[in-house]
Amino acid sequence: MSFLSVRNLSARVKGGPALLRRVSLDVAAGEVRGLVGESGAGKSMIGKAVLGILPNAVQVTGGEIWLDGVDLLALPVAERRRRIGAMAALIPQDPLTALNPSRRIGGQITDRLVDILGWARARAEARALELLAEVQIADPARVMRAYPHELSGGMRQRILIASAFAAEPKLIVADEPTTALDVTVQKQILKLIAGMQAKHGTALLFVTHDLGVVSKVCQRLSVLYGGMVVEDAAVRDFFAAPRHAYSAALLAATPKYTDPMASLTPVPEAVIAAVQAEVAAYDGGAHG
Amino acid sequence: MGLLRVLLLRLATTAVTLAGVAVIVFFVIRVVPGNPIAMMLPPGATDADIAQLTALYGLDKPIWQQFVIWLSGVLQGDFGTSITTRQPVLGLVLGRLPATLELSIMALVMAVVMGGLAALWGTKRRGTRVEGAIDVANGMALSVPDFLWGLVLILLFGVLVPVFHISGRVTPSLDLPFTTNFYLFESLLRLRFDLWADIVSHMFMPALALAIPLAAIIGQLLKQSLKETMHLDYVTLARTKGYGETHVILREALRNAVLPTLTLVGVQFTFLIGGTVIIERLFSYEGLGNMAIDAVINRDLPLIQGIVILFAVIFTGVNLVVDLLYAALNPRLRHA
Repeated sequence: MSFLSVRNLSARVKGGPALLRRVSLDVAAGEVRGLVGESGAGKSMIGKAVLGILPNAVQVTGGEIWLDGVDLLALPVAERRRRIGAMAALIPQDPLTALNPSRRIGGQITDRLVDILGWARARAEARALELLAEVQIADPARVMRAYPHELSGGMRQRILIASAFAAEPKLIVADEPTTALDVTVQKQILKLIAGMQAKHGTALLFVTHDLGVVSKVCQRLSVLYGGMVVEDAAVRDFFAAPRHAYSAALLAATPKYTDPMASLTPVPEAVIAAVQAEVAAYDGGAHG
Repeated sequence: MGLLRVLLLRLATTAVTLAGVAVIVFFVIRVVPGNPIAMMLPPGATDADIAQLTALYGLDKPIWQQFVIWLSGVLQGDFGTSITTRQPVLGLVLGRLPATLELSIMALVMAVVMGGLAALWGTKRRGTRVEGAIDVANGMALSVPDFLWGLVLILLFGVLVPVFHISGRVTPSLDLPFTTNFYLFESLLRLRFDLWADIVSHMFMPALALAIPLAAIIGQLLKQSLKETMHLDYVTLARTKGYGETHVILREALRNAVLPTLTLVGVQFTFLIGGTVIIERLFSYEGLGNMAIDAVINRDLPLIQGIVILFAVIFTGVNLVVDLLYAALNPRLRHA
């Protein structure tokens, strides 16, 4: 079985609409899977469900999340939390809000190693210094003592990447890790994540709305619409010939860097109507 | 050094504030009807007696001249002589100050502990009946003023189940070995736990009456602030690291959530000190507030002035401490 295997996961807003509709996807050890879709398609929800950080208002209504052969949803809460903390990590979307403003950087990297994994403090600090150097931060010792407000957004994202890799997790969820960054920084951070992933052999679930990023970083991808997986394919096959009409339209809508003057192609309304009909048919069926 | 700059800036503004307070208190109490000399003399005193006494206390001079005399004395540390007791005001006031300080600080500690625990517990159980019960208790605590809480406590723990003393600061028959007036503090230092227990037993109810409304304010505001902080990205990130709810609240959320609460607690603490005036009267507690009421009744002008100035010093001191704490807790301010 894959390292991460999400089976038929369904979730809804408590007393409200469905957010995820029997989502299944696999991430093999060391594999990078892209998770693409429009805003509200549920791609971030999947990442949050895997990491056990769904908002209180969201309720899982069915399915399984297998992490390293154990169904997380079947575990007691405390055990699930520790297992996720020991095996998985998050690279968050907005580096400006993801670091605690009143704690020094060093403690925010070493805390998991010391508290959850039981490392000695000195060893955890040595590890943090090593990783900060690995994400190309100059003068790591000074940065360890700094507070977040003393550092730039790009630096903070590098720190969050270092922190995510610190415990050598088997799986990292990257939730639109470049969206909040300056365009010039985006490319460097993307390259950094890809490089770190390759070096550490970590499985990566890469949530993004940018198919260009997927083509550069991922091996497989899942296309989501309305909380349903409409296509699951190898990246090479997908870009050669997407199978689902919605995926094809999404691909056609991606701006081309080679021809920036070409007008943008929206997803045709007929395609939207067809995929919405699929979602409606699902809700009308036995799974409602 | 941010802290030093904050300190110097505040000391400068404090001087201006105190000068303003001195002017206001001096002139306002002379506008209020009532004559201190009339209060001192027995019925049937002659006009000559009145004139003589008025001249003795300098009350025959024009008000602006009285003010200059008083202010130049104050600047040299001489706050004048109490008209009723004929003792130096400074000595009287400083003698009572420790009693009021101990009472206020005890009340503050109680309020922070009660309000803090309510906020933490309510945050941990947010969205459940526990939070609902805490909100109701907070609302009740806030809607009743401190002196009514004092009466309720006297009924409960002084009359129905008499476990605490309801009057005074210490049992009068006890032999007190103290050299300062900080009884509570000194009894601990001297390891006289018998005396300490007696003092706490006297102080418990007035302190609790003062603490209840402040505890409710702290509980409400801190809980609100904690709940908002719990949604922030760095708290979510800490959860993915494997930390449980209690740890996340205490280490990630609390310090950032305390900041907005701290400012308000500073302001509310000055109200609490103001509340000691009535509470001390209610419990016959020998502090500044009780002395202030006696001074007003007797139209003891120098004593009133001295007490008001001292209260003003305490208030500005509290605000200064709050500003320093705020700077110390908030790294963004410290390096600014």
